[in-house]
Amino acid sequence: MSILDRLRGGRTAHDVDPLLVELQAALTPERVKMDSAQRSLLGKDASMFEGGVSGPICYPTSTDEVVAIAKIAERHGRAIVPRGAGTGLAGGAIPLGAPVVVAMTKMNAILEIDEENGIAWVEPGVINLDLTRHLTPRGFHYAPDPSSQQVCTIGGNVANNSGGPHCLAYGVTNPHIAALEVVTATGEVLLLGGLDAEPDGYDLRGVFVGSEGTLGITTKIAVRLTKNRPGVRTLLLSFATIRDAANTVSAVIAAGIVPAAMEVMDQKITRAVEHYVHAGYPIDAGAVLLAEVDGAEAGVDIDADRIRELGIANNATEVRLAADETERALLWKGRKTAFGAIAQIAPDYYLHDTVVPRSKLADVLDQIYEIADRHDVLVMNVLHAGDGNLHPLLIFDGREDGVMERIQAAGEEIITASLAAGGVLSGEHGIGVEKQPFMDQLFTSDDLDHQNRLRRAFDPTCRANPGKVLPMGHSCADIQQLRSVPTGVWG
Amino acid sequence: MTATLLSTDPVLAAFAEEVGESGPIAIVGGRTRWENGGALVDGTRTIAAPSGIVEYIAEEMIVKVRAGTSVAELHASLAERGQVTALPERGGTVGGAVAVGQNGVLRPMRGETRSAVLQVRYVSAEGKIVTGGGPTVKNVSGFDIPRLMTGSLGTLGCIAEVILRTNPMPAQTRWFASNDADPFAVHRSLLAPGPILFDGSTTTVMVFGHAPAVTEDVMMLRTLGTFTECEPPPDATGHRWSLSPRDLQTLDVAAVGAFVAEIGVGIVHASNPQPPTPLAPDVRVIHDRMKAEFDPPGRLNPGRVVGLR
Repeated sequence: MSILDRLRGGRTAHDVDPLLVELQAALTPERVKMDSAQRSLLGKDASMFEGGVSGPICYPTSTDEVVAIAKIAERHGRAIVPRGAGTGLAGGAIPLGAPVVVAMTKMNAILEIDEENGIAWVEPGVINLDLTRHLTPRGFHYAPDPSSQQVCTIGGNVANNSGGPHCLAYGVTNPHIAALEVVTATGEVLLLGGLDAEPDGYDLRGVFVGSEGTLGITTKIAVRLTKNRPGVRTLLLSFATIRDAANTVSAVIAAGIVPAAMEVMDQKITRAVEHYVHAGYPIDAGAVLLAEVDGAEAGVDIDADRIRELGIANNATEVRLAADETERALLWKGRKTAFGAIAQIAPDYYLHDTVVPRSKLADVLDQIYEIADRHDVLVMNVLHAGDGNLHPLLIFDGREDGVMERIQAAGEEIITASLAAGGVLSGEHGIGVEKQPFMDQLFTSDDLDHQNRLRRAFDPTCRANPGKVLPMGHSCADIQQLRSVPTGVWG
Repeated sequence: MTATLLSTDPVLAAFAEEVGESGPIAIVGGRTRWENGGALVDGTRTIAAPSGIVEYIAEEMIVKVRAGTSVAELHASLAERGQVTALPERGGTVGGAVAVGQNGVLRPMRGETRSAVLQVRYVSAEGKIVTGGGPTVKNVSGFDIPRLMTGSLGTLGCIAEVILRTNPMPAQTRWFASNDADPFAVHRSLLAPGPILFDGSTTTVMVFGHAPAVTEDVMMLRTLGTFTECEPPPDATGHRWSLSPRDLQTLDVAAVGAFVAEIGVGIVHASNPQPPTPLAPDVRVIHDRMKAEFDPPGRLNPGRVVGLR
């Protein structure tokens, strides 16, 4: 022991933790962090949940290093938790039980663009918008566009089966992934799916996407390329009530039109956004519908005209067609920075995510306003209305006494109301730790048992991101000694 | 709909009773792909899944249908509201199409079978009714059981009922054929073509959408070869090869025999079978564990092996 170590009381983090020593030997000391600042930062995601406690944080640069991390963690009986940009909103990346956190952000290369097969091979740390920017000059883009696309990673998108406004016509992440290279918790490297038309076997690629890191860690991804559409029409429809906007959405779908996107914002959020980015949104409208259709230039006006007619039939007070790309970009900027605009109103917000049948949107929105009123909570609604995906924003100042209890109670009622309307728990944020307590409202015990069987087939020892998705009592995580499951998890 | 309400369907309860809790069992659909995955073990009890459309909500673009319903019957009902699903129309049942998991040649227009299954209800090896997925078009609530069941050949559960995503039928669909066009150039040049079929000499392509867009596509086709409008081609038959889109450019014609290739997709319908390509050993381990988890006694569709081409 060195003199310095003696002065520290005979212990240092470095020489007492063989796990850390092995990880640093397998990677480099610089790419394995154990300092409290890093562990604190990576103990959280973008949600309201209290941070967990992480073990060492590794920044691998290759599949081989991820394999080494998995095997070292296994030898030490520690779990592994993958992490992208940390923009998740359901606590899926929060480390529970002092696991080894595997931060994938340094594996961020676009490896190959294979136009003949219609795919690109990328590493998981590639940022969503960077990929689309890279593809645009070749006439392609990557279709799923989460609101966090400027910072979120493709690997994180795969873990959460992420959505976005333009997933209405093009689908969420899953159908856009052709193949995955993954590393299991025991360090096996698997190629799931493939570039051929119908890969053999169970659809393990399909079940891996959206599994929130509980089946393993993605190390390479073949994403499908989508051809850019030359014709785009973006309409902004104003309504006196959000019910009229919701009814228009149902009418458009019923008419057999599947627009690229249909986003609804209520009056409060529209005002906040307009104040923030000056996108030209009408601040007197009760709600606005942002609808976009795309395709061949020759046919795109037909759907745009029909949406205009259906809006007017449903009491639209104004229908505006974006005149050019600048106006279109501005309208979208308004929508995509909605959450940033909230910061002007109160320091904190809780963003919910449920899905209901489109025809129930108006009724459930009414209930959400009533619930918020009753709990004395400010709510704003911005929603992927085209696919019934609600995103109520509960806005508050966390310093106010008792506010968290009211936010939590209102949130639980919103979830229950969505389920009662025939909806589901999450459209794109996932279950993580946030929705675990509600899983048995959507599924029976047998249903959850079968989900757990799927999970065990990949990870029999339950060391990949334990304590997530499945509720306690239905998860193999029960057999794991989770040293720090946050109680209540409300920060 | 709450979990409790989901479990009280008498038709499904009767089906679960029929499946029972022990003894080898297989579900028979239309027997159109009965040979897939190898031969059924002798002495296996065979039963049919319940049939009928339970609920069709055109304005939600979803349909809940029993597995024993024929795809033709389902699509006839949806056509009355101008809709269709991604399931291939090959004479079989909905449950069979989901269990086999293959796509029809109209995949570029209608999407993939496995993306169409929003919710699946099946009877487990233990005789219990299990539900995976949900009734909405967008859903990331828990593990993706519908994708696991799609293409599992009934080896993980007896599929009883599914909720499928429906698609609006396009305003126009038109087929064109050419003997002098490069099918790969057709795929590159059109924005969103329907199927492009190539048999070594003739390129047959479908264009679809609103009339002005179709007209624009037809004008593009005319720059790529001598195209004449034709009837939809007959169903592709023969052995099924799964290749990558790029593989088709160097297709070994001697190996496949007479063929029809789906350009841009990679499926080849050929007179010769595709040589077996075993799963990677590590992937096979996961397969075997999956089977053991979902069917511990090995009673579901015994003899059938998924991933044995």
